[in-house]
Amino acid sequence: MVKTSVARKKNKKTSSDQTIVVSMEHVNKWFGQFHVLRDINLRVVKGERIVICGPSGSGKSTLIRCLNRLEKHQDGDINVHGIELNNDVKNIDEIRREVGMVFQHFNLFPHLSILENCMLAPIWVRKTPRAEAEEIAMHFLTRVKIPEQALKYPGQLSGGQQQRVAIARALCMQPQLMLFDEPTSALDPEMIKEVLDTMVELAEDGMTMICVTHEMGFARKVADRVIFMDEGQIIEQNEPEAFFNNPQSDRTKLFLSQILGH
Amino acid sequence: MNRKSNTFSKFANDANVRGVFFQVVLIAVLVFSFFWLTDNTLTNLSNQGKSLGFAFLSSTAGFQISQTFGTWLFDYKVGTSTYLDVYFIGIANTLLVAILGIVAATVIGFTLGIMRLSKNIVFRAFATTYIEMLRNIPILLQLFFWYFAVLRALPGKREKLEIIPDLIGVNITGLYLPAPLPQEGFVYSVIAFALAILITFGVSRYAKRVQAQTGKITPVFLIGTALIIVIPLITFLATNSPLDWNLPEFKDTGPMLRRGYQAGSGMILVPELIAVWLALSLYTAAFIAEIVRAGILAVSKGQTEAASALGIRPNFTLRLVVIPQAMRVIIPPLTSQYLNITKNSSLAVAIAYPELVSVFAGTALNQVGKEIEMIFMMMMVYLTVSLITAAFMNWYNSRVKLVER
Repeated sequence: MVKTSVARKKNKKTSSDQTIVVSMEHVNKWFGQFHVLRDINLRVVKGERIVICGPSGSGKSTLIRCLNRLEKHQDGDINVHGIELNNDVKNIDEIRREVGMVFQHFNLFPHLSILENCMLAPIWVRKTPRAEAEEIAMHFLTRVKIPEQALKYPGQLSGGQQQRVAIARALCMQPQLMLFDEPTSALDPEMIKEVLDTMVELAEDGMTMICVTHEMGFARKVADRVIFMDEGQIIEQNEPEAFFNNPQSDRTKLFLSQILGH
Repeated sequence: MNRKSNTFSKFANDANVRGVFFQVVLIAVLVFSFFWLTDNTLTNLSNQGKSLGFAFLSSTAGFQISQTFGTWLFDYKVGTSTYLDVYFIGIANTLLVAILGIVAATVIGFTLGIMRLSKNIVFRAFATTYIEMLRNIPILLQLFFWYFAVLRALPGKREKLEIIPDLIGVNITGLYLPAPLPQEGFVYSVIAFALAILITFGVSRYAKRVQAQTGKITPVFLIGTALIIVIPLITFLATNSPLDWNLPEFKDTGPMLRRGYQAGSGMILVPELIAVWLALSLYTAAFIAEIVRAGILAVSKGQTEAASALGIRPNFTLRLVVIPQAMRVIIPPLTSQYLNITKNSSLAVAIAYPELVSVFAGTALNQVGKEIEMIFMMMMVYLTVSLITAAFMNWYNSRVKLVER
């Protein structure tokens, strides 16, 4: 395996234990008649960074939304962090505590300040004392480089700042796995960089990440594996070098030519 | 010539000059109208040999008002009570029906609004049908429906329809309930009740502090409910149950004209009150349901998803994320509905429920003839009540509103 970035080398050392964080076996899902996920098999080990790409409607968002039960899969087995994802509400709660998620439209709580946004889940889910929750929140807000905005409200921040808050909010639960659902798609071009930088730093710290994104630069730089999906299937997966330089399937080639063509 | 007209048009087209000019014109028109109205009124009054003044309020009102909350509160007696008493009785009855209506409409409206968003098709269909029917039929017609079509179908004056045998019964003269007669010592139970509420506040503050310090979440609602029920109950039993009940007495033997529910026994809700209450609350509930639905729908699905993704349980999500955001959408239109209930209560004049417009603008005005003063007094009541309601709701709204950039 040829590794180019410093981040990846560092990561491989720490994650040599190969603990499986996510395993999906023969997962199928339908929206009515529409078959969104077709026989998905995926394993993610601790510390691994996965980038999922593909044309819109290919099921990539649905795939990661199945991992914390924002969507329910109808067939197959999903295991997250050793817990089976089924109808058991306790299991779902436990998985959600360990899985952080960042959305395309940030979904910050507009009626709460930035600090309160970050403290809400630790207080009401982890039952953390207030002072400690505040400390954790400030720690992660500092890490995404906006501690000075803590007392403002989401409506007063720029899109890039809001997305960084959303990342901090998810990190405050100290998750084992982070899911990113097109985190930069709703941002103005000049704000994409600040969010990607935050995600790169997170990757360098060894966080297990699954990112649905079209930022191919990010994929090249950070990903351990790039997955290409089309029509609900995993068409191809490979290390970024091989994936971008030597795609195997025609559909991948077409997609890459469209996305990198200009 | 040309230059001159240029300076003038420059002057006349100046936005500031125009602003001042129109303000001056408006004020002049208002002052003139007010002066003209006052002068006209006074002239007409003196032509009719009348004068302005509130002396009539202290003269005795010589007419019967049907037995209601207001007459009980102000101890109305024909021949001794004054027109001022009549005024207050009217206000009391208006406020009673307005408050009852607001409470019922809120409860029914919120329930229907949530039902309309339910996944259960029966709930949803019921709520939709209810809302579409009730809000599209004039309220006056609905009032007549309840009063003439429904309540008139009840058993006659000498008969009864028992809801709970010997305790609660109904006939065309009203709904009869046991009247509570507090005995000596009952005041302790009332104090205990007030105390329990205070303690609950204390517990809730304490629970907040405990959560801030240790993170433990106390079920304040359950504890509070238990306290508010148990403490007064124990006090009540410990003080030897100092509450008697005056049961409604019904006679179906003896002289024909004496049969039926006996005057002075039990507590009676007159059918007029029930009809007004039903009409007002059921009609307004339809509007409130739509407001609630809009409020909940206004909170984007992403909010619930974000909360779920953080592992927050659905009940906490509702309490911490959805309701606070829905409320800011719900409150302003809800305020108008509350004001509508208060003002629409004056429709009760159509079925002679003795609220303000009915007793004061009806019977009293016919007897006294002081149109200007009396109408003015009534307008002031509605204005005051409405402004207080609006002020309270605005205060609440300012507490829940969002901070934008």
